[in-house]
Amino acid sequence: MTTTEVRSSGRGASRRRALSARAVFAGPGLLYVTLFMSLPLLLILVYSFLNRGRFGGIVWEFTFENYARAFEPVYLKVFTTSIVIAGVTTVLALALGYPTAYAITRLSPRWRTVALVLVVLPFWTNFLIRTYAWIVLLNTEGPVNSALVDLGVIGAPIGLLYTPGAVVVGLLYAYLPLVVLPVYASIERVDRQLIEAATNLGASRTRAFLDVTLPLTLPGAMIGAIFVFVPSLGNFVVPELLGGGKTVMVGNLIRDQFLEARDWPFGSVFALFVVALLVALFALQAVISRRINGRGRARA
Amino acid sequence: MTALLTIDHVSKAYGSIQALDDVTIDIRSNEFFALLGPSGCGKTTLLRCIAGFEEPDAGSITIDSTAGVATDLLALPPNKRPVNLMFQSYALFPHMNVQRNVAYGLEREGLPRSEVAARVGEVLETVGLTDKAKARPAQLSGGQRQRVALARAIVKRPRLLLLDEPLSALDRKVRAEMQLELKRLQHEVGITFVVVTHDQEEAMSMADTIAVMHNGRVQQVADPVTLYSRPANVFVADFIGDGTLIPGSAAGGTFTALGRTLPCANPASVTGAAVIMLRPEFLSITAVTDPEVVLEGHVMETHFFGGSSTTVVRVGGLDAPVVISSPGAPRHGVGDHVGMTWAAADAVLIADPGRDPGSS
Amino acid sequence: MPKVGWLRVPLVITYAFLYLPIAVLVVMSFNASKTPFIWTGFSTKWYGELLNNELIREGFVNTMIVAVGATILATVLGTLLAIGVARYFRSAIVEAYSLAPAIIPDLALAIGLLALFGMLGVTLSLFSVLLSHVVFGMAFVAAVVIARLGQTDSSLEEASRDLGAGATTTFVRITLPSLAPAIIAGALLVFTLSLDEFVIAFFTDGPSTPTLPIVIYSMVRFGVTPEINALAALLLLVSFTIVLSAQRITRLTDSV
Repeated sequence: MTTTEVRSSGRGASRRRALSARAVFAGPGLLYVTLFMSLPLLLILVYSFLNRGRFGGIVWEFTFENYARAFEPVYLKVFTTSIVIAGVTTVLALALGYPTAYAITRLSPRWRTVALVLVVLPFWTNFLIRTYAWIVLLNTEGPVNSALVDLGVIGAPIGLLYTPGAVVVGLLYAYLPLVVLPVYASIERVDRQLIEAATNLGASRTRAFLDVTLPLTLPGAMIGAIFVFVPSLGNFVVPELLGGGKTVMVGNLIRDQFLEARDWPFGSVFALFVVALLVALFALQAVISRRINGRGRARA
Repeated sequence: MTALLTIDHVSKAYGSIQALDDVTIDIRSNEFFALLGPSGCGKTTLLRCIAGFEEPDAGSITIDSTAGVATDLLALPPNKRPVNLMFQSYALFPHMNVQRNVAYGLEREGLPRSEVAARVGEVLETVGLTDKAKARPAQLSGGQRQRVALARAIVKRPRLLLLDEPLSALDRKVRAEMQLELKRLQHEVGITFVVVTHDQEEAMSMADTIAVMHNGRVQQVADPVTLYSRPANVFVADFIGDGTLIPGSAAGGTFTALGRTLPCANPASVTGAAVIMLRPEFLSITAVTDPEVVLEGHVMETHFFGGSSTTVVRVGGLDAPVVISSPGAPRHGVGDHVGMTWAAADAVLIADPGRDPGSS
Repeated sequence: MPKVGWLRVPLVITYAFLYLPIAVLVVMSFNASKTPFIWTGFSTKWYGELLNNELIREGFVNTMIVAVGATILATVLGTLLAIGVARYFRSAIVEAYSLAPAIIPDLALAIGLLALFGMLGVTLSLFSVLLSHVVFGMAFVAAVVIARLGQTDSSLEEASRDLGAGATTTFVRITLPSLAPAIIAGALLVFTLSLDEFVIAFFTDGPSTPTLPIVIYSMVRFGVTPEINALAALLLLVSFTIVLSAQRITRLTDSV
């Protein structure tokens, strides 16, 4: 055997070992993800091109009908409402989350950890309970109304609950932590020497923030925005509990098509829209992130 | 020539660590100045105090303004100081191309766009990066990034340019090129350069004047030749160049070590604990029987470098071996018993007040 | 550089916004009044009522079955997946695919799973909820363990292999112990996530075995009761305790 043969057979054996290690460790998990995530999503994709059965269920006939129906004015209105509500929530979440994340990066390392844990903690608690808290708070007899009356802002209690505003507050409450974390991580990653360099070249603190920190943390802020915007669109609990069913969002539409109208194919169209939007926004984020950092290095 | 930058009794402590201890240095106009010392010696802290990123606890830093009037640098915020800094990491803005990086400082001055463009074009030509104007830092090589960092700093035409370990991020070959390049640029643009470095060869080959720092204190400020041939204290003697230090004591015009009198220059200049410093090239090896022999020992190692060779000799009573450099091939083998001689004028006598003279 | 005082403003607003509603709920849970908004005096009677509520008790048992099962399965699968991805694949795409269930919109995943179980003829039950919770739970465990693997050096494992230890020995003696804190933290997180998960359970659960969040949902839909306040306070306590322990075991906030 020549040396090249020895080497290549050796490499072949180690490649086989690596392959079997991959299969042993990652195999079951990847199989599980494929079976219980990819396959279900694929199924929704297929269903979206099928007809519904007379009493629910699926009829295996190919059609574009479901997509055509999605453009009817009733549904377009739901889209508009959803995008406005999710959009306002996202803007508010960034307006509050970005400065919070920035302030956290300025704390001492010890307090930084405490502050981050405090931001994340509510996120890990029961989402229904957190939404329920706002029913209590915004009720006509609730603390927010009585505080406003006591402060003389309003003369008598007003209907805060079951308004689009209540939906926005509920969504903001649910997803604010998801903005703070990626923004915090991206600010933390900005090299302090870049700020010093801008200062050394004549930039004021504000100027250095606007010219250096802000553009470099844009990819992180975008991740945060996606984490708020997409789940807000797909949330049906908050519009139902805090919007009183008056504010219908994409999430409510999907829920109703699956559980009440029993039109799975049509509901699938909207669910696909939410997933596709998520993927598209992440792709956009990746492109922008690469642009900002200069080609060839795609770090967020 | 008057001083451009005057650093006067500057001190700075971080908790119990004295980063700068009563530092006083004058830097002249158009000088290539180096702050040299091992890591943690305070050189970077001093640089950051000049740039305005750190505030000294005591002392003053003033810069001679064009009118010949001293301006208190410490009273100015970092973005208003007539001093630019080239960062060790270069700190190029990754989201801006080369041109915008270089233009950034000029834009902050509010200069008209046409002037900014002209000056950026000019400086990019000086550093030879005209064709990379539209490239992002991530697309450049290490050497090119360094040139951009330099261009960005000199385009502002500062009175003083600070360079923090300017060559440390480059590989060996590029480093040698950039040493010459920096020197050429300094001549060309006529700006005073202050380089912080831990690399003595870098400092010796580029700088007109070097301040050696250790433990937050300035040990010696001198030109490279003086530093090498007349170190002011034991630290400098040990830190700069190769050589052997022989501890002993000086009294009544003689230096005594290892139980004998050793020849040295100006023996009467010091009294008490002292060392003599012997540079390898000033030592010569002879036969033990030679009446001129001052020290003797056994050859431990020999190294041949083609044009010259070094011989390492172990001398009884000395902790460190003596290194001798001589032209041509080594003339002695390992284990040989040899003698050493030197001219009195080549052995530098240095006071060593920190040491108890009886200890060695 | 000077500290900027106005940065305290967003911090105060954010923390007030995040914690005042929770605080109000906890305070109200000790309210003696039947109308949950008007304070009439301190009482723990709603906690007592809670224990007597048959629906809540059943929901709690169902939730525990799902959460414990999903935690065990997700921890095993997620840990192996993390090692496979971080040590043997080293591919960003495979890693993104493994972690995707954690960020895919829950509603889309929920109806997809409903469709899948329908197609396969699986009767909806606690078991189908459990299987569904494992999907995203596994991704969370994998994320925490991958972060940990990124901090530890693979040379330890290579050294062990080099010294003649087999792959299995190396895994049990070297890899697992060094990952233990991350694995435990991941398991704790999956447990709370499963405990509180509503949307996926809502779509994949059978009608006769509601989980606790489903019970809460139906209660909340029909209005505010003091019992929910008490339940909310208890659930908050449980989640806080678990997440804070996970944080203590492995600094989760370091892996953001």
